[in-house]
Amino acid sequence: MNKIVNDFSITVGTKNGSGSSTANNTILRSIFKMGIPVSGKNLFPSNIQGLPTWYTIRVNKDGFIARQEANNIVIAMNPDSFARDLASVSPGGAFFYADDIKQPITRVDIAIYPMPVKSIVKSDPNVPTDYRDLVGNMVYVGVLAHMIGIDPETIQAALHFHFKGKQKPIDMNLNAVRAGAEWAKANLEKKDPFYLEAMNKTEGLIMADGNTAAALGSIFGGVQFAGWYPITPASSLAEALNDYLPVLRKREDGKNTYAIVQAEDELAALGMAIGAGWAGLRSMTSTSGPGLSLMTEFAGLAYYTEAPVVIWDVQRIGPSTGLPTRTSQGDLTFTHFIGHGDSNSIILLPGDVYECFEFGWKALDIAERLQTPVFVLSDLDMGMNQWMSKPFQYPETPMDRGKILWEKDLEEIKGNWGRYLDKDGDGIPYRTLPGNKHPMSAYFTRGTGHDEYAKYTEDSETYMRVMERLRKKHETAKNYMPKPILHSIKGATVGIIAFGSTENAVLEAQYHLSKEDGIKADFLRVRALPFTDEVTKFIEKYDQVFVVEMNRDGQMYQILLTEYPQFALKLNSVAYHDGLPASAKWVREGVLSKLSASKGSKAKPSAKKTVKKAATKSKSKKEAVKKSVKKTAAKSKSSAKRK
Amino acid sequence: MAIENLPMAGATANTNTAGLTKNDYRGAPSTLCQGCGHNSISNQIVSALYEMNVVPEDVLKFSGIGCSSKSPTYFLNRTFGFNSLHGRMPSIATGALFADARMKGIGVSGDGDTASIGMGQFKHVMRRNVNMVYIVENNGVYGLTKGQFSATAEKGLQLKKQGENPYMPVDICMEALVSNATFVARSFAGNPKQVKELIKAALAHNGIAVLDIISPCVTFNNQENAYHSYAWGKDHEEPLHEISYVAPRSEIILEQEMNEGEIREVAMHDGSTVILKNLERGYDPTNRYEALRVLEEAQQNNWLLTGLIYVNTSKPALTDIYNLVDTPLNRLTDAELRPEHAMIDKINALMF
Repeated sequence: MNKIVNDFSITVGTKNGSGSSTANNTILRSIFKMGIPVSGKNLFPSNIQGLPTWYTIRVNKDGFIARQEANNIVIAMNPDSFARDLASVSPGGAFFYADDIKQPITRVDIAIYPMPVKSIVKSDPNVPTDYRDLVGNMVYVGVLAHMIGIDPETIQAALHFHFKGKQKPIDMNLNAVRAGAEWAKANLEKKDPFYLEAMNKTEGLIMADGNTAAALGSIFGGVQFAGWYPITPASSLAEALNDYLPVLRKREDGKNTYAIVQAEDELAALGMAIGAGWAGLRSMTSTSGPGLSLMTEFAGLAYYTEAPVVIWDVQRIGPSTGLPTRTSQGDLTFTHFIGHGDSNSIILLPGDVYECFEFGWKALDIAERLQTPVFVLSDLDMGMNQWMSKPFQYPETPMDRGKILWEKDLEEIKGNWGRYLDKDGDGIPYRTLPGNKHPMSAYFTRGTGHDEYAKYTEDSETYMRVMERLRKKHETAKNYMPKPILHSIKGATVGIIAFGSTENAVLEAQYHLSKEDGIKADFLRVRALPFTDEVTKFIEKYDQVFVVEMNRDGQMYQILLTEYPQFALKLNSVAYHDGLPASAKWVREGVLSKLSASKGSKAKPSAKKTVKKAATKSKSKKEAVKKSVKKTAAKSKSSAKRK
Repeated sequence: MAIENLPMAGATANTNTAGLTKNDYRGAPSTLCQGCGHNSISNQIVSALYEMNVVPEDVLKFSGIGCSSKSPTYFLNRTFGFNSLHGRMPSIATGALFADARMKGIGVSGDGDTASIGMGQFKHVMRRNVNMVYIVENNGVYGLTKGQFSATAEKGLQLKKQGENPYMPVDICMEALVSNATFVARSFAGNPKQVKELIKAALAHNGIAVLDIISPCVTFNNQENAYHSYAWGKDHEEPLHEISYVAPRSEIILEQEMNEGEIREVAMHDGSTVILKNLERGYDPTNRYEALRVLEEAQQNNWLLTGLIYVNTSKPALTDIYNLVDTPLNRLTDAELRPEHAMIDKINALMF
């Protein structure tokens, strides 16, 4: 049998709440410490205890660490998912299971390894009875470690980290690992091809989750206020603020330079954050889709009153409560169009844990510079899973507090200012902050119509002037947006646009499309809205551009269509939404299906026809393209299928 | 009964000790209806702050949506303010008051804004003890949308287009009390002297101070038999006491010898004193149980009970709980906010 080294996946099936996360994180961290590129993704139910849950680890020597759909090694610890777990092993794979589960083994094409987990744990008198299940999970770590070759020293390091150096739990868990490994050595014969061998590809890297990274980034961005409300998968972001602020902003006098308030709901969470942002604090909130829905009215208020605030949306899959513990990129169009009336959103799209940190501080800068809400859309996969990452980088630019006038500034201009006056011609007015003692400093801000001096008005001319300035401000915003990242390959003839956590999957797909399908695709990862020129130029360059994303309707695709109606026929939606982190397989298959559908000479004319038909119905052709945007997404899909 | 705010040396008759005239406390001309109770309350806010020598830049105005919430435009032009969303004033105020914890908030809301759409935020701003005066200009009716019942309208109230109100009313003072508010008062716009003294006492309080002020809507709900009307209020008002606010360091001079139990002095956070001259019963506003009892009693007897119903001066305000630095948070320097460079390596080392 040919050895397969450092290129396989491991999936562990356990009961939710059984304490397997220590075991799974130990496997993940040990492999990471062996220098092998690795990822770990928790595929868990919305439940505290009892329901089946999975943890899937991808090991890949070439650094492709998106979720792999095929399960090479499966460890079954849960009788409720046993049959399903057994069936999920790919041919030639390996199946480990706790031997107290008495269920039929129906596969002959895989290696089967029963593990006497319970008896091994029982034989250790040092494990208290009520710890047996928890420690039992470490037995499979030990068995697996022996069978695939996880370095025991790295396991020790992982446990030392996990238990923060506390010797007693480290020893108890390590003993179970050793017992499992020894038992495997004495009793199991290796019948599968999967092996680990140490490399040096993770040197200098760290492991972290995006929510912690976002909190840390925000702290390095000088965050002073956060209002929040618990929601999966965003809670750990605010909790990380509570964990790290006291350490990172410790002062000799023991006093605080910040306040974190757990609000009564998401409305109040954002309301507090806006109040604080308006009054001059670096302010934020964190939530997920259902919370963002509640925040909508406040988002509009912040836009119109021009209050800076940062809103993290760690996306989960909707609509409504949806699948609360599954990942998604389904809040994009909602965030883009959020609120009634005309408004524009600033949206940052971090692609990994490193960028969660970076956008943590950057978002606060942008919010204050532009005096507007800044949405940062991460997702459950990025937010809650441990990712390998470059070390976090200290902010390379000083804090940007934007245009603020204090007493001395007002003295210089003799109090001659207006809160919503466009003095600099960039659409960004100057603001004063409560506490300013200059008698001309104050203004009464409002979500109702106002003039340049914040006075209430219903005057049409004034209303339009203010709205046009806000539009100008949104143009100026482009200067402050993070530029997209281009992953170029030689001889590319098509383009792929994606954003957020799908990067690993797209990179892997890009590689396979090139090597195996002969499709050379450049890949542009968009990192912000409004789009910058780079996006325009990228789309211009190719006849066909695939827009890859994790949602049903192709939301980024829809926004690109509205922004670039002239490119409508080039754009193809590759959207997928099963709640699981993106895999290279679906990206590749999605691109291929759209490629073959619109490649031939027939495809283009018929697609054009669809648009033309819409155009003749409407008065203005340009309008028609814009209007048909949302619908053509569905139409072109179906017409593609017909071909 | 008490003497206060005697002009100090150097101050002219038209200037207070902050060197400001009453004009410095005024706002834009009101666009509310002639005779609206809210206008009278705005005037008392102006007088109270002027008489207390508060610098307008040292307070923050907040409001939600509705007639009442328009009114902060009509006082304190020199004060920062935020006219927010319907029922959401409390959260905006909660966040904003962290920016400079020395500042006092003055929020004006209405019965719709507070007791209907904003009930949730109202209850939570109570339990957090946010440092603000929370005035509810309570008229039992939606004015700006032209005369619908509000949640404080009494059962059986007849309104022109609405017919008869079938529901029981919300009692704002009771709601505030059971949510652990630390200062709860009720007043009547037809009793401006009391309104003013209560505003002063509320401003002197550290923490949330709720003033439920019955403020008749002359356009939609001022029928003689309506609970929120001028006529009914005048007939049914039952003041718990005569209240007067005595500024810090002012001498308290009583008009005449009082019998024990008739006079109660409440020492406020800022060193001032609130003097309550009890009427009829020896009411103790520091007793929460008593407070609930008198409110229940008033409901049963159809009284418009006014006065300082409850006060607790020993609870820390929200910003006190947070142990903030002395410098206002919004004046901290970048260096005080961004951890130093060396910390990034320490953080990375923590990330496995």
